[in-house]
Amino acid sequence: MSAHILTRSLDRAATAFILIVAAVGILVPLSNLLLPQGSFLQVPTYLVALWGKYVCYAILALSIDLIWGYCGILSLGHGAFFALGGYAMGMYLMRQIGSRGVYGNPILPDFMVFLNWDKLPWYWYGFDMFPFAALMVLVVPGLLAFCFGWLAFRSRVTGVYLSIITQAMTYALLLAFFRNDFGFGGNNGLTDFKDILGFNVQADGTRAALFALSCLALIIGFLICRAIVTSKLGKVLIAVRDAESRTRFLGYRVESYKLFVFTLSACMAGVAGALYVPQVGIINPSEFAPGNSIEAVIWVAVGGRGTLVGAALGAVVVNYAKTFFTSGPLAPYWLFMLGALFILVTLLLPKGIVGTFNSWWEPWRAQRVAAVESAAREDGISEPNSAEQAQ
Amino acid sequence: MFGYFLERFRALVLSVLLIACFALPAFAGPFEDAVAKFANDEFSDTAEAIEAVASSGNPLAFPIISALQEERLSADPESKKVFITQADGKIIDAATGAVVDKLPDNAASVRLNNRLRRTVEAALGSLTLLSPDPAKRVAAAQSVFKSHDENALPVVEGALAKETDKAAKQAFTEARAAIILFKSDASDNDKLDAVAVIKARGDQEALALLTSAGSDQPPLVAQAITGAISSIQSNLAMWSAVQNAWYGLSLGSVLLLAAIGLAITFGVMGVINMAHGEMVMIGAYTTFVVQEVIRTRYPGLFDYSLLIAVPLAFLVAGGIGVAIERSIIRFLYGRPLETLLATWGLSLVLQQAVRTMFGPTNREVGNPSWMSGAFELGQITITYNRLWILCFTLAVFVILLAMLGYTALGLEMRAVTQNRRMAASMGIATSRVDALTFGLGSGIAGIAGVALSQIDNVSPNLGQSYIIDSFMVVVFGGVGNLWGTLVGAFTLGIANKFLEPVAGAVLGKIAILVLIILFIQKRPRGLFALKGRAVEA
Repeated sequence: MSAHILTRSLDRAATAFILIVAAVGILVPLSNLLLPQGSFLQVPTYLVALWGKYVCYAILALSIDLIWGYCGILSLGHGAFFALGGYAMGMYLMRQIGSRGVYGNPILPDFMVFLNWDKLPWYWYGFDMFPFAALMVLVVPGLLAFCFGWLAFRSRVTGVYLSIITQAMTYALLLAFFRNDFGFGGNNGLTDFKDILGFNVQADGTRAALFALSCLALIIGFLICRAIVTSKLGKVLIAVRDAESRTRFLGYRVESYKLFVFTLSACMAGVAGALYVPQVGIINPSEFAPGNSIEAVIWVAVGGRGTLVGAALGAVVVNYAKTFFTSGPLAPYWLFMLGALFILVTLLLPKGIVGTFNSWWEPWRAQRVAAVESAAREDGISEPNSAEQAQ
Repeated sequence: MFGYFLERFRALVLSVLLIACFALPAFAGPFEDAVAKFANDEFSDTAEAIEAVASSGNPLAFPIISALQEERLSADPESKKVFITQADGKIIDAATGAVVDKLPDNAASVRLNNRLRRTVEAALGSLTLLSPDPAKRVAAAQSVFKSHDENALPVVEGALAKETDKAAKQAFTEARAAIILFKSDASDNDKLDAVAVIKARGDQEALALLTSAGSDQPPLVAQAITGAISSIQSNLAMWSAVQNAWYGLSLGSVLLLAAIGLAITFGVMGVINMAHGEMVMIGAYTTFVVQEVIRTRYPGLFDYSLLIAVPLAFLVAGGIGVAIERSIIRFLYGRPLETLLATWGLSLVLQQAVRTMFGPTNREVGNPSWMSGAFELGQITITYNRLWILCFTLAVFVILLAMLGYTALGLEMRAVTQNRRMAASMGIATSRVDALTFGLGSGIAGIAGVALSQIDNVSPNLGQSYIIDSFMVVVFGGVGNLWGTLVGAFTLGIANKFLEPVAGAVLGKIAILVLIILFIQKRPRGLFALKGRAVEA
C-alpha cells in the first residue's frame, strides 16, 4: 500500500526534486565538515546557517502551497504558525541554558529573573524535555489552526474575508507576544541559546546536522503533500478550490476537508519554525508581523502556485535575492524590487516559474511520451500533472 | 437693601485700604515690628511674624514670605534687622525695601521647620489671592481649597466680597466653603451650605476634600457629607463614561475616515486594496508639502493650509488611484486574492518611494490656530483638533452618501455593486465606473491623510498602522453599505476605549481583534450584509 502511494506520488519532477534536496542535504554538511577551511569547495559555516534558513522557509512555503495552491485558502497568517513552532523550540532551548544565563538561575530564564518573577509560569512546564517540546511544536500551531479553522470554515468564511481574519489573528498574536507579562520574553523574544540535545548550538557539527535535518524535513513534508494532492482527498481539495459550492452540493463535507488540510499545513509551518530557531539563534515577536506572512505567500506565487516544487523553489529564489540585494549597495532598492515582484508576478506570471515552465514544456513532452503514458494508465497510475492548474 | 449698601461700603473700605497699602511705603508700626520678629530665631515668633506680615498688605510681604520659603531671608540677631537676598544677588532691607551693600557678618538665614513651611505656603497662597491677575487669583483660591487653612478665611472673604471676575468668584466661594467645612467652630448651617457648594463642584478634589472632612463632624453634617460623596462619585463615574465615549467617538471618526474609502472600493469592486493605507500617507505628505510651500512663500496663509490641502490631497491620491486601477488592478478582476498580493507589493513600492523622497523620519505638520487648544465641557477636556476631525469625518460621510444617492455616478456605482453583469447589460460602462470608484476611494483616503496628519506622525509607515484596523471596520460593518462602515467604525472605536481602562491598551486591542474574528463566524458578511442571490461572492 505504502509503496503504491509512493509510486503514485512520485512523478519525474518530484523525484528530481527529492534527489536534489537529498544531495544538497548530504553534500553541504559534508563539505563544511570534511574539507579544509578556505578550500574552494568548502561551504563556510555561515552559509550553512543561511541556507538552512532558506530550507526552513521552503518548508513554510510548501505548507502555504498545500492550502492555497490546492484548496484555495489564502492564509495571510501562516507566519503565526511558523513563529509558534519557533517559540516552542525556543522555550526548550531557553530551558537548556540552565544556570549558564547572565543571572545564573537554574530554572528561570534570564528575562523572568529580570522581571522579578519568582517561579516558572505553568505553560513553561515540560519544555525542559525535548520530546515534549517537539510534540508542542506540532500541537500548538495545529491546535490553533484547528480551532480557528473549525470556527471559520464551518460558518463558511471564505476568500478575502478569511485572508483578512487570518491577518487579524497574526496581528493579535504579534501584539500579545510584544507584552512582557505574557511570559515569552516580550520585545526581545528568546535568544542566547546554548545547547540543543546536549550539542552546542554554535558548533559547526550541530549546524551541519540541523541543515541536514531541515533538508530531511523538507523531503518528508514534500512527500506528505505529494501523497495528499495525488490522492482522492487531493482531488476533492482541488474541487473545493475551483468550485466550493458545487463540491458541497455534490455531498462532500467541504469544511472537514478544509479543516484537515489547514491543520496539517499549520503543523508543517510549526516544524519549519522549530528548525529555523536554532539555526538563526533568536525568535522574537516580529516573526508574527503580518508582512512576513504575506511575503511567504509571494514566495509561493513566484515559484508557482499549486506545484509544490515551485513553492520551495520560490522561497529559496526570493530569499536568495533578498540576501543578495540587502547586503549590497542596492539595499535601498530592495523594497522597490520586492514590491515590483508582487505586482509583476501576479500580472505577468500568474502560474509562477514552475507553472509557466510546465505550460511550455508539457505540450512538447506530451507528444514524446504519449506511448509511455498510455502504458502507465494501464498500470492504474494517473498523470499527476493533469490537476495542476494555477487558477 | 441696607445690607447691600453695607456690603458695598465694606468692599469700598477694603479696596481703599488695599490701595493705600500698596501705594504708600510703610513708615513704622506693626509691619516693622512683625518683620523684626524674624530675627528672634524662635519658631513661635517666626510663625507670628509670618501671619502678621502676610496680613499686613505691605508690598514687601510677598517678597519676604517667598524669600523665607526659599531660605533667602536672613536676620541679624543684634540689630534685629532682616534682609532679603534677591535672586539677582542684590540685598535689601526687609522692613524698608532699601538696598544695602552687604549682609552683616553675624546675619544667619531664618530657619523653618515643617509646620512653619506649611504656614509659609498658606501665607503665600493668601497673598496671591489678592493678585491683580484673575488667573492667579483662581490658582491661589484652588490652593486654599486644597489646604483649607483657617487663617486664610479673612483674606478669602475679603477677596470674595470685592471679586468681579466670575470664575474667580466661584473659586473663592469654593475655597471659603472648604475652610468653613474644616473650621471647628462654624455653625451646622454654615457647614451644610459649605457641603452643598463643594458638592456642586463635583470633581476629584471635591471628593478628596469631603472624604477627609468626614471624621468628627456633627451628625447632621456627617450625613450631608456622606450623601454628597456618593452623589459626586456617581457623577464622576458618569463623566468618566462620557469621557470614554468621547474618546471612542474620536477614535471611531479616525477609523471611519481611514476605512470609508476602502469600503467603497471593496464594496463596489470586490477589490481588497492593501495600498489603501499608502493613499492615506500620500494625503498626509501632501499636507506637509502644502504647509512647507506656505511657510516659505506665504506665511500669512498658514491657517488656511488644511483647506488648501484637502482638495489637493483628494486630487493627488485620487489621480494615483486611477493610475493604479488602469495599470494594475483592471487586469486582475475576478482574482481578488491576486489583487490583494499585487496591491501589497504596490504599498511596499509607494512606502519606499516616499521614504526615498522625504526621508524615513517623521515630518513636521503643524496645527493651524483654529485647530489647536482645548475647551472644558463639564469634567472632560475636548481638544479642538479631535472635534474638528469628528465634524470633518461626518461631513465627508454625508457628502459621500449624497453622492452615492443622488448623482448619476452614484447610481451607476450602486448598480455595479449589486449586480455587475446586469449593470453592464443595461449599458453602464463598468470599467469606467471601476476606475472612477477606485479614484474616489483613493481620493477619500487622501483626505483622511490630511486629517490624520493633525493627530499622528507623518512618516512613511503612517498608512501601515491603519490598514488592519480599516479592514476590521469594513469586514465588521459589512460590504457595500456605508452605514455599516459608520456603525462599524464607531462601535469598534467606543468598544476599544471602554475596554482600555479595564484591560489596558494592548490587551483591549487584542480583545477587539478576537471579538471580530468570532463575530465574523456568526455573520460572515458583516453587520449590514447585502442581500443577494449569489452563492459565491
